[in-house]
Amino acid sequence: MYVYIIRRLVATIPIMALVAVFVFMLLHLSPGDPAVIIAGDFASEEQVNSIREALGLNDPLYVQFGGWMINLLQGDMGNSIYSGIPVTKLIGQRVEPTLMLTLCTMVIAISLAIPLGVIAAWKVGTWIDRVVMTFAVFGFSVPVFVIGYLLILGGSRALGWFPVQGYTSIFESVPGFLSHITLPALTLGAVYMALIARMTRATMLEVLNEDYVRTAYAKGLATRKVLTKHALKNAMVPISTTIGLGVALLIGGVVVTESVFAIPGLGRLTVDAVLRTDYPVIQGVILVFSFTYVLLNLAIDLTYVLFDPRIRY
Amino acid sequence: MSLQVQELPFGARLRHRVGVVADSFRRNPTMLFGVVVLLVMATSAFLAPWMGLPEPMQQSPRDRLQPPSSDALFGTDMYGRDLFSRVLHGGQVSLVVGLSVAALATSIGLLIGLISGFIRSVDAVIMRLMDALMSIPSILLAIALVALWGSSVQNVILALTIPEVPRVVRLVRSVVLMLRDQLYVQAAIACGTSTPRILIRHILPNTIPPLIVQATYICAQAVIFEAYLSFVGAGTPPEIPSWGNIMAEGRMFFFQTAGIILYPGAFLALTVFAINTFGDGLRDALDPRMQRRV
Repeated sequence: MYVYIIRRLVATIPIMALVAVFVFMLLHLSPGDPAVIIAGDFASEEQVNSIREALGLNDPLYVQFGGWMINLLQGDMGNSIYSGIPVTKLIGQRVEPTLMLTLCTMVIAISLAIPLGVIAAWKVGTWIDRVVMTFAVFGFSVPVFVIGYLLILGGSRALGWFPVQGYTSIFESVPGFLSHITLPALTLGAVYMALIARMTRATMLEVLNEDYVRTAYAKGLATRKVLTKHALKNAMVPISTTIGLGVALLIGGVVVTESVFAIPGLGRLTVDAVLRTDYPVIQGVILVFSFTYVLLNLAIDLTYVLFDPRIRY
Repeated sequence: MSLQVQELPFGARLRHRVGVVADSFRRNPTMLFGVVVLLVMATSAFLAPWMGLPEPMQQSPRDRLQPPSSDALFGTDMYGRDLFSRVLHGGQVSLVVGLSVAALATSIGLLIGLISGFIRSVDAVIMRLMDALMSIPSILLAIALVALWGSSVQNVILALTIPEVPRVVRLVRSVVLMLRDQLYVQAAIACGTSTPRILIRHILPNTIPPLIVQATYICAQAVIFEAYLSFVGAGTPPEIPSWGNIMAEGRMFFFQTAGIILYPGAFLALTVFAINTFGDGLRDALDPRMQRRV
């Protein structure tokens, strides 16, 4: 098992290295002078030159890349062009809200979507199934920010249950945190729930046709037990794969959700960096999100052992 | 020696294909709904310039943020522009972006996937590159690309296409790998058929049904992602209305006129919903094996 984990971790190194190369090359493959792109069309000659100097754009490409890579390996992602603050520091300041929002979303979405998917598969073809599946397709179709504004309209404006915008850290006040995080988490979770519920239903439908499910029923096991112990457990491998891959949707959604609810997280940082073409920050955020995504999916691969004893590492 | 394969005349094959599609509509009324909604959306968007509506960019500051009335069906925005006209016109960009991304991503992905699946020597390299590209979350990659390239419709299309390509490559490659070992392909190889001919004649046709289904999902996603890009300030330029940038520009005024987000949002959601149901219907009709794909 440990050997396997280490081997998988080592296997992600080339992928991450390639991601880093991609992210580095994005700027240089863009048409035009990188320094001008970052400075903007209205910048003076001096501003362009100072950016060129600051980012070392005068050096040959391999020198730039080598230097960047060595710094990256030491945990240095350069400085923001806008504020001069190190990118790692900027990211460090913004991690908490994003991490909390994503975790809350995952907990809410998974704990609602899997039961819904199981019920839809159990009652396949009935109105319950149709309602769940229609909601799922809607979740895919409505943009995250429209859901967000609708929830603000209903939950904050009409009912007055939740604050409209903002964020309170869980370390400051737990009730404040919960009231601020609920609407964003529901907003962000809609697509994710849709995805998981659909996958759960599809896999469960397949598993429910298996002989051992019929056997379980035949020996008089309660429906609830058949569904959870026999069917769901066997369906969990593809479901957890979807849970992992779906995090890509969450990361995209976080950027939008944070700007709807004015949450000072990594998404907000990304949007601000985009508006100022603050390239070192954009680079840093992409790297952090991509590495997290890769490692999370690796971790999920390892959980298969819990669901399927035939899988051995 | 050459083998002659008896083939049905073209007319008969066409009639068969049309029959399959017609059958699937009959069995699947929601798919019909999807197609009808899409056609209505597309015609209203592209015929909007001839419908006698106010110019979508024409400002009249005195009539800003008006509620819906018989003059302005959806009311007006913060510059007094007619929202109904803007939403109808906005469909053009959104639909063009969706369709172009779907077409580009599937054709590029098809080409790379065929090569990767059939020519083993390049497979490993291509797939590692694709894996790396796939580990960058699509929207972030698209945001970064538009931020660097500048906002134009073409750049948005390209920026949304690139992150979609790896998934198409994987799909095509998996079909190719499955087919390579089939007897009829082996037979073709044994007959000395050239590699390009095998790819085009024997393998390509089998990748089309799953690809069409995949294309509908890419299209639906691209329409949504266009809106996300606009929303974070890396979208299509504000001179041309799109559902995304109408909502992005109007968000500051949401609490005065909710319609500024809700009308374009509803058009967008309905369109994406229609594309998705159309795709689901096609999937059931064309490729029953793919039913488990989400």
